[in-house]
Amino acid sequence: MDASGQPAPAPLLAVRDLVKNFPVKRGFLARAVEEVHAVDHISFAVGAGETLGLVGESGCGKSTTGRCLLRLVEPTAGDIRFAGRDVRALRGSALRMLARDMQIIFQDPYASLNPRMTVGAIVGEALIIHRLVATRREFADRVVELLETVGLGADHMRRYPHEFSGGQRQRIGIARALAVSPKLIVCDEPVSALDVSIQAQIINLLEDLQQKFGLTYLFIAHDLSVVEHISTRVAVMYLGRIVELAPAAQLYAAPKHPYTEALLSAVPIPDPTAKRRRIRLEGDVPNPIHPPAGCHLHTRCPRAMPICAAEIPPPKETAPGHTVACHLY
Amino acid sequence: MAGSTPASPTAEVPLAAAAPLIAAAAAPRKTLGGEAWRRFRRHRLAVASALVLALMTFAVLFGSLIWPVPINAIDFAAHLQGPSLAHPLGTDDLGQDLLARMLYGGRISLAVGFASMVIAVLVGTLVGAVAGSSRSATDTGLVWLIDLFLSLPQLPLLLLLIYLFRASLRKLAGLEIGTFILIVVVIGGFRWMSVARLVRAEFLSLREKEFVEAARALGAPQWRLVMHHILPNAFGPVIVAATIEVANAIIAESTLSFLGLGFPPDVPSWGRILYDAQDYLDIAPHWALFAGGAIFLTVMAINYVGDGLRDALDPRRVL
Repeated sequence: MDASGQPAPAPLLAVRDLVKNFPVKRGFLARAVEEVHAVDHISFAVGAGETLGLVGESGCGKSTTGRCLLRLVEPTAGDIRFAGRDVRALRGSALRMLARDMQIIFQDPYASLNPRMTVGAIVGEALIIHRLVATRREFADRVVELLETVGLGADHMRRYPHEFSGGQRQRIGIARALAVSPKLIVCDEPVSALDVSIQAQIINLLEDLQQKFGLTYLFIAHDLSVVEHISTRVAVMYLGRIVELAPAAQLYAAPKHPYTEALLSAVPIPDPTAKRRRIRLEGDVPNPIHPPAGCHLHTRCPRAMPICAAEIPPPKETAPGHTVACHLY
Repeated sequence: MAGSTPASPTAEVPLAAAAPLIAAAAAPRKTLGGEAWRRFRRHRLAVASALVLALMTFAVLFGSLIWPVPINAIDFAAHLQGPSLAHPLGTDDLGQDLLARMLYGGRISLAVGFASMVIAVLVGTLVGAVAGSSRSATDTGLVWLIDLFLSLPQLPLLLLLIYLFRASLRKLAGLEIGTFILIVVVIGGFRWMSVARLVRAEFLSLREKEFVEAARALGAPQWRLVMHHILPNAFGPVIVAATIEVANAIIAESTLSFLGLGFPPDVPSWGRILYDAQDYLDIAPHWALFAGGAIFLTVMAINYVGDGLRDALDPRRVL
C-alpha cells in the first residue's frame, strides 16, 4: 500500500511493511520455537491534523502497531517515518526525544496511572524529564493549565489516582500525554473501558483538543461506531494485516472487503423495526502462530475462492484513497 | 483496585460547567510525609508497637545509667534467685544481675537485628532490582546466584567464615566492634535471598504495567522508571519481609552465640542469655522467660510497625 492515496503531500507519519513477531519460548533453555505474527507487513500513512481510525477485533495487532510506532515494542522489521525521521534508527536520548512528538493514551485508566504518585506528579513528569520548566512555580502553573485543559481543576493536583472515577482518570492520562505538546497521539482504545455516557465526553474532549492544538490521532478501537465519529479515515485490521483502508464516510457507506462488511453488519442500529442483512463469520479467529496461508480470512470468508487460500491478496486501490486487500477486486 | 473510593462525580459534567464545581470540592492541602503519619496513627496496634519499640530502645541505650549494676558482678550467695527488689529480674547461675545483663544484651540484639536487616534488604533489593529489570542473561545469572545461596549449607559456612575472619577483624576494629561487624555481615549476607526473590517478582510484574509503559512513552530513562515507578510500588512486601528479617537476625545471633561463634560468653545478648538459661528451666524459669519475652515483644512490635508502615505508605488503602 503506497501512502494509501492520502492527498497530503508529506504525511506526518508513514509506516511501510511493519512487522512484529513475538517469539514463543518453550522447552530447555527457553529457545524461541515459534512466533506469534502480531503485525504482518502493514503500511499506512497519517497526515498532519487528521485522525486515522484503526479497528479490528481483539488480538488482531492494532495495539501492537500503536506501541511499535512509539518504540514501546521493538518492531521486527519495516520502516516508520515520523516527519521524515527514521523512527527505527533512533537510539538512546534521541529515542527519548521522540516522546516529545508522539504520545499515547492507554485503554485502562486504572492501570495506566501510578498509584503512588499524585496527579500533579503524574501530569508533570514529562516536564521534569524533558526539562520543560525551570522553577517549581512554572511547574505548578503548567500542570494546572494542563488539568484545566482536560476539564479538571488545580485542586486535583495533590490527590491520588484512586480518588478519581474512570472518566476523570482518563482525563488525567490525556493531560499527561499533552504535557510535552506532542504532534501525534496514539489513542489506544481510550474509551473502551468507560461507561457509554462518559465515552462521548472523552471523545468530544479529544476532538476539542485536536482542534485547539492541531493534533494528529491514530485512534485504535474495536468499536466501529466510536471510530466513525472521530476518524477522517479508517483502516480495518484482521489477524495482523490491514484489509481495507478508506475515508470514513466511504468505508461506512460502501464497505468493500467481506470482513469490513461483516463487522459493519454487526453494529446495532438504534431502531428496533429496522432490518439488516447480517453477515456472520463462522468459526473463530485462527491462531496467529500459524495464520492461514493466502488471505488470512479465507477460512471464514463467505465469498472465498480457490485463489484465496493460495495467494496473499495485494492491496488494490479501487477508488481514490480507498484500498482493499481482497481477490474479489 | 481494591479500596478505591467512589470519587465525586463533579468532573463528569460538561467542560464549561466543571470548573466551579471542582473548586467547591477542594481537598485540604496535605504533604506526603504528613499524610503518611496521619495514616500511620490510625493503625492503633502499630502506634502501640512503635511506643514499645521506642521504650525498649531507650531502655537498652540509657537503662544502665538508671540501673548502674555491673553485668559481671558475680555473687554466688544470690545465684538463681527469682525477681526481688535487689534484682528485679532475678539472677543467673553465677549470681549476676539479670536486669543489667538484659539491658546490655538488648543493645547487641537490637543492633545486630536492625543492622543485619539493613544489609539483607539493601543487598536483596539491589540483586532483585537488577535481576528484575534486566532481561536474558543477567537475570538468569542472578537467579542462579540466589538459588546457589539458598542451597548452601549455611551453618558450616558461617562457621568457616567466622573462623577465617574473626581474628583479623578483631585486630582491625577491636573485640566487640569487630565481632559485631562480622556477625552482621555474615547474617545479612545469608539472608538477602528472600528479599531478592520478592523484589525480582514484583519488578517482573510491575514493569509490564501500563503506568510504567506510560512513563517510558514520556521518555523517562531507565533509572527513573525503576526509582519512581517500579521500586515504590514494590516496597509493600519488602517492608514486611524486612521486619521478619530483624526477628530472624536476632534469633540467628543467638544461634551463633550458642555455638560460641558470636560474642564472647561473658558478653551477654538476649539470645545468649536464653541459651544459657535452658539448662535451668525447671529451677529458674524467670531467667529464660525474661530474655525470651524481650525477643518475643521486640519481634511482635517490629512486625506490627511493619504492617502499619506498609498500609500508611500505600495511598490506595483507605484509612
